Amino acid sequence: MASNSILGVFAKSPLKPLEKHIRKVSKCSNHLIPFFAAVVENDWSTAGKIRTKISKLEHDADELKRQLRLELPGGLFMPVDRADLLELLTQQDKIANKAKDIAGRIIGRKLEIPAELQQEFTQYVERCIDAIDKAAEAINELDSLLETGFKGREVDIVEKMILQLDEIEDDTDLLQISIRKNLLAIEDNLKPVDVMFLYQIIEWVGDLADLAERVGARLEILLARK
Amino acid sequence: MDILASHGSILVMIAAIVGFFMAWGIGANDVANAMGTSVGSKALTIKQAIIIAMIFEFAGAYLAGGEVTSTIRKGIIDPSYFAAIPEQLVFGMISALLAAATWLLIASILGWPVSTTHSIVGAIIGFAAIGVSPETVAWGKVLGIVGSWVITPLISGVIAFLIFNSAQKLIFDTDKPLDNAKRYVPFYMFLAGFVLSLVTIKKGLKHIGLDNIDLGVVNFELDGAGGYYLAIIVAAIVAVIGKYFITRLRFEQDADKSAHYANVEKVFATLMVVTACCMAFAHGSNDVANAIGPLAAVVSIIDNGGEIVKKSPLVWWILPLGGLGIVAGLAIFGHRVIATIGKGITHLTPSRGFAAELAAACTVVIASGAGLPISTTQTLVGAVLGVGMARGIAAINLNVVRNIVVSWVITLPVGAGLSIIIFWTLQSVFT
Repeated sequence: MASNSILGVFAKSPLKPLEKHIRKVSKCSNHLIPFFAAVVENDWSTAGKIRTKISKLEHDADELKRQLRLELPGGLFMPVDRADLLELLTQQDKIANKAKDIAGRIIGRKLEIPAELQQEFTQYVERCIDAIDKAAEAINELDSLLETGFKGREVDIVEKMILQLDEIEDDTDLLQISIRKNLLAIEDNLKPVDVMFLYQIIEWVGDLADLAERVGARLEILLARK
Repeated sequence: MDILASHGSILVMIAAIVGFFMAWGIGANDVANAMGTSVGSKALTIKQAIIIAMIFEFAGAYLAGGEVTSTIRKGIIDPSYFAAIPEQLVFGMISALLAAATWLLIASILGWPVSTTHSIVGAIIGFAAIGVSPETVAWGKVLGIVGSWVITPLISGVIAFLIFNSAQKLIFDTDKPLDNAKRYVPFYMFLAGFVLSLVTIKKGLKHIGLDNIDLGVVNFELDGAGGYYLAIIVAAIVAVIGKYFITRLRFEQDADKSAHYANVEKVFATLMVVTACCMAFAHGSNDVANAIGPLAAVVSIIDNGGEIVKKSPLVWWILPLGGLGIVAGLAIFGHRVIATIGKGITHLTPSRGFAAELAAACTVVIASGAGLPISTTQTLVGAVLGVGMARGIAAINLNVVRNIVVSWVITLPVGAGLSIIIFWTLQSVFT
C-alpha cells in the first residue's frame, strides 16, 4: 500500500541539489589555493596530490549535475524557469571544469611561476576564488528565496550579493592586466613556450571569475523572470 | 417485501460488516493523505499524527458527519422509484459498499490514489442505472457532483493561494519574519478554529440532539447568532492555547538569516498541529459518510419494514461504527502509509504544508456543511497546486497530478462495474 497518496505531487526540490552542486564546485576550485602554493614551492608531489583531489571533486560535481538533470523530468512545475535552472547548472559546472583544466595543464607541463610574479599571482588566484565563493553564497540563498516566494527583501539581498560578485570580478580584471604587464616585462628571460602557457593560465584563472560572474548573471535572469 | 422480512437482520449485519470494511479502508488509506503533509514536513511524528487523527477523525465523523450522509442516501438516486422494490435498494447499497471497499483495497495494493467518495458515488450510480433502471438515478444531482470535481479543487486552490500569500506578506517578506510569525500565527489558528467550530455547531451538533448550549451565564442559540459567538469563543481558545505553545518554543539565538527562517518554520510547525487536527476533523466529517451513508439507508429501510421514508433519524450505532472503522483502519494500517509519506517528501516545510492543509480542511468542512460529497483527495490536490502557484513549493510533479486526475475518472466506471456484478450476485442469492 505504499504510494497511494497524493503526496507524490510534492516532487523533490531541484533547488537543494543546485546548492549542493555549487558547494561542490566551490570546494573543488578552493583547492587551487593550496595547489598554487605547492607550485610556487616547486613541490610537485604535493601539487600532484591536490590535482587528484580537484579532479575527483570535479567528477563528483559532474555526477551531481547529471543526477539533477535526470531528476528534472518534463512534468515538474517549479517556481523558476526550467531552462534558466539548467543553464545555471551548466554555468556552475563550467567552473569546476576550468579549475580541473588549470591544475591539469600546470602539472602536465610542470609549469613554474616566475619568482617575480608569485606574490601577485597568488593574490590573483585568491581573488578569483573569492568570486566563486560569492557566487556560491548567492546560490545558497535560493532556499530562502523560495521561502519568500521569490520576491521582496530576499531578492534585494541576493541582488546585493550579485553586485558584490561583479565588483570582485572587476578586481580580478585589474589584477590580470597588471600581471600581464609584469609578465611582459620579464618574458625575454623565460622560455618562450613557458611564457605562452603562462599567458594561457593567467587567462584561465581569470575565466574562473568570469564564470562565477556568469553564474550570478544567470541567477539574476532567473529572478528577473518573476 | 418477504425478503426484507425474512432476511432483514442478516442483511443489516452484512451491511454493517461491509460498511465497517469500507470505513476501515478509508482509515487505512485516505487518512494518510489527510495527515501526510504534517508528517512530511516533520511538524508531527508518526505516532502523534496517528493519535491526532484518531481523536479528530472520530470527532469529525460524530460531530459534523451527519449532513453528507443524506446526500449519498437520497441525492444521487431517486428513492421514489424504489418504493415498490425496497429490497433492490438494500441489495444495491450493500453492493455499492462492497464494490467501493473492494476497489479501495485493490487500488491501495496497486498504489493508486483513488478517491473514496468517487468509488462510492460510482458504485451507487452503477447498481441503480444498470441493475435497476437508468431512471432511478437523479442525473441532475450526479452532474452537480461531477461539477464539484472541478469546482472543489479550484476553491481549495484559491484559498491555499490566498493563505500562502498572506503569510508571505505578513511574515516572510518582512524585516523581522520571526517576530511577525509569533504575532500572526495565532490569527491563523483562530481562523482554523473558527471554520471548524462553526461548521460543527451549525451542521453537526443537531445530529447529536443539541439545540443550544447553556453556559449558565449566557445561553447560546446554536441556530441563530449564538452559533457564531460560540465559534468565535472556541476559535479564541484555540488561538490562546496556540500562542502559549509558541511562546514556549525554543529558538536558536544565532540569528543568521537561514536560521531565522528555520525559527519561523518552527512557529509554523505549531500551527501545523492545529491544521492537522482540522484536516483530520474535516476528513472524518466528510469521508465517514461514504461508509455509513449506504449503511444508514439499508438500516432505515429494514427498520421501517420496507418503507423508504423521506427523513429518518440515523440509528445510534451507525456513526460510531463508521468512526471506529476509520480509527481501526488507521491504527492497524495507517502508520505504514504515513511512514512512506514521512520519508517520501523531503522538501516540504511547515509553512508550505500548512497553507495547503488549512485550505483543504476549510474546503472540505465548508463543502461538507453544504452537503456536497467532495473528495478529500481533490481538495488536497487543489490546495497543493494553489501553494505551488504562489511559488511556495519547490517543485510539483505534474505527472502525478495527471495520474491522480485520471484515477478520479476511472474510479467511477470501475466502482460502477464492480457494484453491478455484486448486485446481480446478491439478487440471485436472496431471490
